[in-house]
Amino acid sequence: MNWDWEVVEEFLPRFWDGVLVTCQALLGGTLIAFTLGLVWALAQRSNLVWVRWPVNAVTEFIRNTPLLVQLFFLFYVVPEWGPSMSPLATGVIGLGIHYSTYTAEVYRAGIDGVPRGQWEAATALNLSTAVTWRSVILPQAIRRVVPALGNYVVAMLKDSPMIAIIGALDMLGEARFFSAETFQYVEPITLVGIAFIVIAYPASLLIRALERRLATY
Amino acid sequence: MSTPDNNPADTPSKTPSKTPSNTPGNAPDAARTAVGTATGDTPWATGEEIIRFQDVTKRYGRQVVLDDLCFSVYAGKHVTLIGPSGSGKTTILRLLMTLIKADEGSIRVEGDYLTHEERNGKLVPAGERHIREVRKKIGMVFQQFNLFPNMTVMRNLTEAPVRVLGLSRDEAEQRARELLEMVDLTEMSAKYPSQLSGGQQQRVAIARALAMRPRILLLDEVTSALDPELVAGVLDLLRDIAHHTDITMLTVTHEMNFARDISDCVMMFDHGKILEAATPEKLFNDPEHTRTREFLNAVL
Repeated sequence: MNWDWEVVEEFLPRFWDGVLVTCQALLGGTLIAFTLGLVWALAQRSNLVWVRWPVNAVTEFIRNTPLLVQLFFLFYVVPEWGPSMSPLATGVIGLGIHYSTYTAEVYRAGIDGVPRGQWEAATALNLSTAVTWRSVILPQAIRRVVPALGNYVVAMLKDSPMIAIIGALDMLGEARFFSAETFQYVEPITLVGIAFIVIAYPASLLIRALERRLATY
Repeated sequence: MSTPDNNPADTPSKTPSKTPSNTPGNAPDAARTAVGTATGDTPWATGEEIIRFQDVTKRYGRQVVLDDLCFSVYAGKHVTLIGPSGSGKTTILRLLMTLIKADEGSIRVEGDYLTHEERNGKLVPAGERHIREVRKKIGMVFQQFNLFPNMTVMRNLTEAPVRVLGLSRDEAEQRARELLEMVDLTEMSAKYPSQLSGGQQQRVAIARALAMRPRILLLDEVTSALDPELVAGVLDLLRDIAHHTDITMLTVTHEMNFARDISDCVMMFDHGKILEAATPEKLFNDPEHTRTREFLNAVL
């Protein structure tokens, strides 16, 4: 096996394009997954059956169907009767929605983990439901689930190459196209593999820093 | 469900104005409810009736925790509930705090129904707004403190006054500093609850309840979770509050000396009923029931 630095150099411009797409997918996907997951988790605790039930059905459905199918659906089916979006935007939304159904479960566990006495104290102080959630329950719930949320960021990073299937070329997508054209596989694929670690590791460090920052009590 | 007394003269009013039910003039009638199980003099049954339980029943599954209970508490009085565990004492506090709902009967606070409101002359389950309005008058201190661990002591004391009472942050902090001084924890305001001892946490919890300026303070075994050497500090504070404020106190405790010190009335509970209610002198020295005597012998 020969390592050819010239191949690396030739691949680099497209590699950087791919890194940018991967990072955008990861950041955008995380943002959507974290916020939408919280929305799901709160909706699942709603007193209203007609909120709870559909949300449960939808999240259950999304969690139990492949991300690939969802990406295809978003890219090819939704535009039939809705907005059509760029491959990258579609990919970001697809990843975000898919992972939001997992983060919803994480939030749920965190919310369930807040002792009942906290709810009772909030009632005794006559706090409104909204204030109880915002000031008392969610700060405690989220703090204890940050590590679990972090795991899903890394999982999402590892799933991000799937968005290449709808034409949003991430690092791996770029590498595959490059290799298909030049028949040079070793360098691009290796480079991409290393890049995944280089992105994943700081991401997990970032999550850990966030965890420490939240651990003020 | 037993229908609460629906006499128009007795209807709950939005404002805690003097309805006939809570004027001193009507006290003898109301006192009868309390005296039904009372023995000896009833010096605690005078003045404004602030809490009234009427035919209250609470069940958990098939177990009857409170059995058709009637009693009244008068403004500024200190009533202590004693009795074996499972006799329903804590349930009374939890009902008053609206943490649980009664299965039957009605509870009134300053004449207003706690969890019912009147619509078209009928009593219906109250909406959130009504419940919150009545609940404003009541504060509670818990066995497990239940301070908010994600907030500093200062924020624990100011969150509800700011969000619920609408005080400005400055006003709320001013009030909090006074309370911290009273509970002798001035230097702890920037600390988090986890950095405090159990006794300190409980004192903060008492201050937090008082910050809402309730008329009624519910104390649910507030020293049971404390290390023995920390109990005295909390009890001294509560004695102080009992003797220097006009707040109505309902206390569930196993500290009989404390009960003797602060109570106007001690109620002995057994199997969801008030076995007897009397002044501490009478109840501790000369109880009517052998069951009470057995209980006191076991705990004293």
